[in-house]
Amino acid sequence: MKQLSGLLAGVLFGAGLVLAGMTDPDKVLAFLTLGSAWDPTLIYVLGAAVVVTFVGYRIVEKRSAPLFDGVFHAPASTLIDRRLLGGAALFGVGWGIAGFCPGPALVGLMTFDPRAAIFLVAFVGGVVIYERWFSQAPVIEVAVAETATVDG
Amino acid sequence: MTMAMIGGGLIGLSAVWLYLSLGRVAGISGIATNALLRVRDNTWPTLFLLGLGIGGWIAYAVVGPRPAIVLDGKESLLLLVAGVLVGFGTRMGSGCTSGHGVCGMARLSRRSLLATVCFLMVGMATATLLGAL
Repeated sequence: MKQLSGLLAGVLFGAGLVLAGMTDPDKVLAFLTLGSAWDPTLIYVLGAAVVVTFVGYRIVEKRSAPLFDGVFHAPASTLIDRRLLGGAALFGVGWGIAGFCPGPALVGLMTFDPRAAIFLVAFVGGVVIYERWFSQAPVIEVAVAETATVDG
Repeated sequence: MTMAMIGGGLIGLSAVWLYLSLGRVAGISGIATNALLRVRDNTWPTLFLLGLGIGGWIAYAVVGPRPAIVLDGKESLLLLVAGVLVGFGTRMGSGCTSGHGVCGMARLSRRSLLATVCFLMVGMATATLLGAL
């Protein structure tokens, strides 16, 4: 059930992105480009998503635990630092160049959008560069360490 | 506008379902990183990514396929530069449009609100400048 829950969440998310028009990078760029041809669509998408999530989270948090896991894993950090804002800024530059962020690009890859394929090859490169040389707690090495503990 | 809100609503439902079922926030950059780079416990993130494709297929069947795309060299190069920045930036900033913009804002996280304002402003400045060139 745990694995199928992930699949269902992905299906809803992917369908939502396409219906909202967010898998079309030109539409995203039309939102990010200020001027006479400005397209406000993304505000409605983000607004609806945040409102539904806000209400839903509050209902879910009345439970003591999720359906298929022992505890909730909401991020605990409240740190506002250069990493957070610097990372968000770099992300913003990339987003503003291509009109792709990770979700729409992944949907694009699996629906054979060549732009998404090119973007994602570079995306994985960017993730690996950060995790390999810049991260204080690299996911790659964490995975190895955890496996080592479990496997003895 | 209606389709935008239906689509946004589905994204919200996805986030709520992931929190109800697994207690996880729906941050796609994090899920993708776990699916691709972790060696253990990466089954649900991998299936989430597969689900994105299936959901996309279903939705394109409903609204009609996207027009054919012709790529030139300059656009490909820009996509490569953008991809590296987005990959690096989402790891450094611990999230992207979904993790900070949707889930974090819904949790009223000050961290996510600031990150979202930051990438929206920088994204707008970048796209507007490039559009004017």
